[in-house]
Amino acid sequence: MGEIKALAQEDLRLETSVPPRLLRLLSLVTVLGFGGTLFLGLRAAGTDIQQGEIQRIFYIHMPSFFGAFTAFGLTVVGGALYLARGSEKWDRIALAGVEVGLAFSLINLLTGSIWARPIWNTWWTWDPRLTSAAIMCLTYAAYLMLRAGIDDRMRRRAFMSVYGILAFVTVLITLFIIRVVPETIHPVIVGASPQNAQGGFEATSGVVTALIPSLLLWLTLLPITLMWHRVRLEERLDALDRLKMRVLSE
Amino acid sequence: MRDEPAIILAERLSKAYGNLPALRSLDLSVKPGEFVALLGANGSGKSTLLRLLSGLSKPTGGRLRVGGWEMPGEALAVRARIGLVAHRPLLYENLTARENLDFYGALYGIDRRERARRIQDSLRAFDLHKRADSLARTFSRGLKQRLSIARATLHQPDLLLLDEPYSGLDQRAVALLDEMLAAARAEGRTIVLSTHQLTRVPPAADRALVLSRGRISFDAAIGSLDLSEIYRSASA
Amino acid sequence: MKTPFITCVAAIVRKDLRAEIRSRELLSVMGLFALLSVLLFSFALELDRQAREEVVSGVLWVTLIFASLLGLNRSMALERDQGGLDAILAAPVSRAAIFVGKLLGNFVFTGIVGFVLLPLMTALYGMNLLRAPLILTTIIGLFGFATVGTLLATLTVQTRAREALLPIAMLPIVLPFVLTAVRATKAILSGAAANEWQSALGMLAAITLIYFLLCLLLYEYVVGE
Repeated sequence: MGEIKALAQEDLRLETSVPPRLLRLLSLVTVLGFGGTLFLGLRAAGTDIQQGEIQRIFYIHMPSFFGAFTAFGLTVVGGALYLARGSEKWDRIALAGVEVGLAFSLINLLTGSIWARPIWNTWWTWDPRLTSAAIMCLTYAAYLMLRAGIDDRMRRRAFMSVYGILAFVTVLITLFIIRVVPETIHPVIVGASPQNAQGGFEATSGVVTALIPSLLLWLTLLPITLMWHRVRLEERLDALDRLKMRVLSE
Repeated sequence: MRDEPAIILAERLSKAYGNLPALRSLDLSVKPGEFVALLGANGSGKSTLLRLLSGLSKPTGGRLRVGGWEMPGEALAVRARIGLVAHRPLLYENLTARENLDFYGALYGIDRRERARRIQDSLRAFDLHKRADSLARTFSRGLKQRLSIARATLHQPDLLLLDEPYSGLDQRAVALLDEMLAAARAEGRTIVLSTHQLTRVPPAADRALVLSRGRISFDAAIGSLDLSEIYRSASA
Repeated sequence: MKTPFITCVAAIVRKDLRAEIRSRELLSVMGLFALLSVLLFSFALELDRQAREEVVSGVLWVTLIFASLLGLNRSMALERDQGGLDAILAAPVSRAAIFVGKLLGNFVFTGIVGFVLLPLMTALYGMNLLRAPLILTTIIGLFGFATVGTLLATLTVQTRAREALLPIAMLPIVLPFVLTAVRATKAILSGAAANEWQSALGMLAAITLIYFLLCLLLYEYVVGE
């Protein structure tokens, strides 16, 4: 028993260790930043003349998609580096990217749906962009299902790196679908809106003051901080797994 | 093949599936022309070792050189010199014996005329020529095994790896297999053969190697030893 | 001591064609499925003449993608069950050659189904689908399906749930093919100006090329270990 205890201490060092200084700092800045952008979006920015208060949801809606973009992008980077270098830490980053990105894209769908209820008078419509965003979510849900279905760890990491790279295509399509299928009703705030877009609004200076900080936060700090925490969790799970196996095979 | 004293050289070779170790820090050296019988219970790591030797699987630790080439990095260089008989026959049921051989011959880059000649010789040598144009799905286990070996030797490999070739064979097929192995050994091929039946050490084998829980627990030349010693070692 | 690329590709394609000509296992399943699908759509949607024109491109591509899924699953399952993949992997063959060989075999089978489907739908839906640009679109689209499908079927066939996972893994990834192929088909069938379907077809070809290179590069990571 004493031996197992020693093993546990060696393997689960992470369990008791506090997060590194930089991560603690990042977490603090992210929380403060999130509070700050909420204040800017909910209070500082002016109320939209046509849409009213509901327009404020946009300060979360659009940034959350770009947060997902960052996270899924990091999944591609992690996957490619795992295949090139073979170090499992890259695979952990890829996995963290999928989970954080999936959460963000669900926020994106949900906020969009809440906004659409008063503006489009429906929770959901089979608009090309909405459909593509939903398919993007399903692709990453499929990633998690596939991942759970592969028992051998080496194989799982290699396969999921491949799938994580291929899956990014759905993100790009969601982003560029208005170029391929122009008849979307989804408004575009930056650049020319499609002809039949419904519910667009002008990017006034008030919108910009609230949007830019929120966008920056969701693009960088939020996904990176959450992913870092998720990577650490995965490291602990792996350590626990190793310990279990060692105890079983002794 | 590079000119080296050992055709197989493993140093602290390890392989783990996830965290489950299959081979633990194995040291092994096999000389060209040696016939090694790899013994051990199911799950002792025999198949894992053969998969590593054939370059189908990558080691998780240590070093492995086959024919003087580093595995798995330089595996492509040695693949052409290795013949593999796995415990599944690795044959296509919807192809005839001849077509199966033709397919693998082409994969090993043997040109068409040479291929046809060697297939003819091989079918005759393995006593398959009467069934040459029937589908592999109609073959018995023993026939499939013979065809498998014909497939694995068609490119005249220097190193022949056989994983549990005796399982499911009847008496006559076993005798035939022993004959073939003796002939391959006489041609100077290095052979590594695994079996879990300790009573079934091929008569032509030079050396017995017992694996137990991923380690070599016994290693000796067969001529000098009493088989009962092997049993004791393996059951320990 | 590596076997030349073309030799390997030719050997794998010849092997797959030979086995298929003998058993007709893949083609009969895919062909029957395609026929049933087209009939079922026409009953389920209770199509009148005008509605048929609207949905014909959708019916065509949905049928093709599901028929491809069936064929791909079966083709890789055959490799796995008979253990052939291990024997191919143990041979001095580049992984890219294995990919191209399997891809071409799968493409030929789905292509045959496509060429049965086009005249069949022409007869059943009362619209001429046998036009050169549409045939070209079908060829490129099916090649795209086979590209992504060969990679993903090799991957899913090694997982626990096996066959069940291929549609889930593949359908979202082939979305860009379906999207552009349906647009091109629609434009061709509506008799729109050539530049309208050409842009969609060009996009389909570009996507197919990108995926082909990507899958070629990634294939070695989904075979063996």
